[in-house]
Amino acid sequence: MLQRARHWCQGHAALLQAAPLALVLALFFVLPLLATAVVSLWDYTEYSLVPDVTARNYREMFEGCASLTLCTTFRTYLSTLKLCLLVWVFTLTIGFTVAYFLAFMVRTEAMRTVLFLLCTAPFLTSNVIRMISWIPLLGREGVANRALQSLGIVSQPVEWLLFSEFSVVLAFVHLYTLFVTVPVFNSLMRIDRRLLEAARDAGATGWQTLWHVVVPLAKPGIVIGSIFVIVLVMGDFVTIGVMGGQQIASVGKVIQVQMSYLQFPAAAAQAMVLLALVLGMIVALTKLVDIRREL
Amino acid sequence: MQQETLRLDKLATPLPRGAIEFVGVSKRFGATTAVSALDLRIPAGTYCCLLGPSGCGKTTTLRMLAGHEQASDGDILLDNTNVTGLPPARRGTAMMFQSYALFPHLSCLDNVAFSLRMQGMPKPERHARAAEMLALVEMDSYAARLPTQLSGGQQQRVALARALVTNPAALLLDEPLSALDPFLRGRVRAELKRFQQRLGISFVHVTHSQDEALALADWVVLMKDGAIEQQGTAMQLFDNPRTAFVARFLGGHNVLALPQGQVAVRTDRTRLAEGAGYPETNARAAYTATLRALEYTGTGFSLALADATGEELGVLLDEAALAAHPLTPGDQVALTWDPADERPLDPA
Repeated sequence: MLQRARHWCQGHAALLQAAPLALVLALFFVLPLLATAVVSLWDYTEYSLVPDVTARNYREMFEGCASLTLCTTFRTYLSTLKLCLLVWVFTLTIGFTVAYFLAFMVRTEAMRTVLFLLCTAPFLTSNVIRMISWIPLLGREGVANRALQSLGIVSQPVEWLLFSEFSVVLAFVHLYTLFVTVPVFNSLMRIDRRLLEAARDAGATGWQTLWHVVVPLAKPGIVIGSIFVIVLVMGDFVTIGVMGGQQIASVGKVIQVQMSYLQFPAAAAQAMVLLALVLGMIVALTKLVDIRREL
Repeated sequence: MQQETLRLDKLATPLPRGAIEFVGVSKRFGATTAVSALDLRIPAGTYCCLLGPSGCGKTTTLRMLAGHEQASDGDILLDNTNVTGLPPARRGTAMMFQSYALFPHLSCLDNVAFSLRMQGMPKPERHARAAEMLALVEMDSYAARLPTQLSGGQQQRVALARALVTNPAALLLDEPLSALDPFLRGRVRAELKRFQQRLGISFVHVTHSQDEALALADWVVLMKDGAIEQQGTAMQLFDNPRTAFVARFLGGHNVLALPQGQVAVRTDRTRLAEGAGYPETNARAAYTATLRALEYTGTGFSLALADATGEELGVLLDEAALAAHPLTPGDQVALTWDPADERPLDPA
């Protein structure tokens, strides 16, 4: 009996080794996702959830969207996508520049390590604290406005510094640039330095080398970083809430509001649509590069 | 192979190009001097090998000629134009890098067309020209492949095509054969020589392998500690090594300490003195050495010996001679040679 059990274990060693992770993923990832999908088809009233199979939640989400004027859902998505695009452009530009500096301009390995650690240091504090610390800086009576006024650049406090799209984008860029820097840096470090010399030998200028050699070879890092940023920004409601002064529409915010009114089926439907959109974006990005190979 | 020769033959034999001149060229990195006051003239259309052990300054010399390193002092001329301050692409040189440095994200065709693209040549034109170059190196059927899908020898040909596409007067090769396996090395070596002769341009080839230099070069420049130790044709160098360093580095020589000074005698001209009597009347008195090892080479035996000072010596022996006088490691033997084969060496 014992003999037979041992024999079975040996035959299925690989399965047993994979089992713990599979179990964790099934319990905490697949199951909640399925639950969300199922609940998105339920009906609800002001005080109860009604198990059902109905398209009501999806229908209501896109109500009026057929007309030429933008419906609320489309406007919300557009606003979220706009924020996402702005954050993506800025994090990519800044992240790539920092990674390029670390990889190609810093001469010694020790200096590179020190600077890299310096980049990650802010991550020792929480997201929320780093976000909130912008408020005393950007507020009506904040440091930035005081400085601008005392320098005589403006006479009235600048209103758009805080609780605006500007402050939301600023906070996102601050929070997420490192998510681009790290994978891009990793890609850049793998580039054979002789390729840059070969480009120079072929008459390429600095910019031509950057565009025709460095950027294409950094593509895997750029795509991975972009996925991080897009996923984080598309689903966010905290940063947009705090930095936008609860004034800016985003899909994450809509879901949060519906949840607070206990409209779980509507929130679930909203979540499923968002999930589909983000997955679509990721698939489109991965078409550009074979990520599996690069990892 | 047959076909490639034919295609190469279609090229008209051009006027030789690529006369290279170094005038008092030095290169210092901080406190260390990599190359000191180098004077060198390479006539147009020459296959020149820069030979030497690692750290002798041969690669730095090549990189200064290519423009990837700025000379600290002196002038570099190519076809009577001073190119010392010019960027790499405006010198009329092209470099083939060690392990080729092909762009991994570009197809063979785009790799070859790269420099034309940088010049802003329109796509159809540059692709046509690149395809021509690929055909020249017999790689046209691989135009769409990525470099990682090619073997070492094929990568080498694409790298050659990429370097030649700008029609350089001098092709600079940094250890071009070191990435290849020994079998391929011989074949590629012959190919390089054929290209050089057909194109009529100068090839400057950096290597630490004396075989490569002797086999390929019209002109061998042997460097040591940032300076030229000796230069000449391969035959001149091998027949008349100037110093013990040259004799030892080229190999095939015994450096012998005689009362009148150090001399070099080629190993194939050194023999074992048979018994007590010396058959040749003009042969030198015996030079004793201890047999260290005995290696069968196929055509005969190669004897590794050491003299009293520990200097390593070699003698080639045929099977019959060894059968007549069997030897085992540890035996004392006497060496002899014809005094006409002695080459006096400059004291170090």
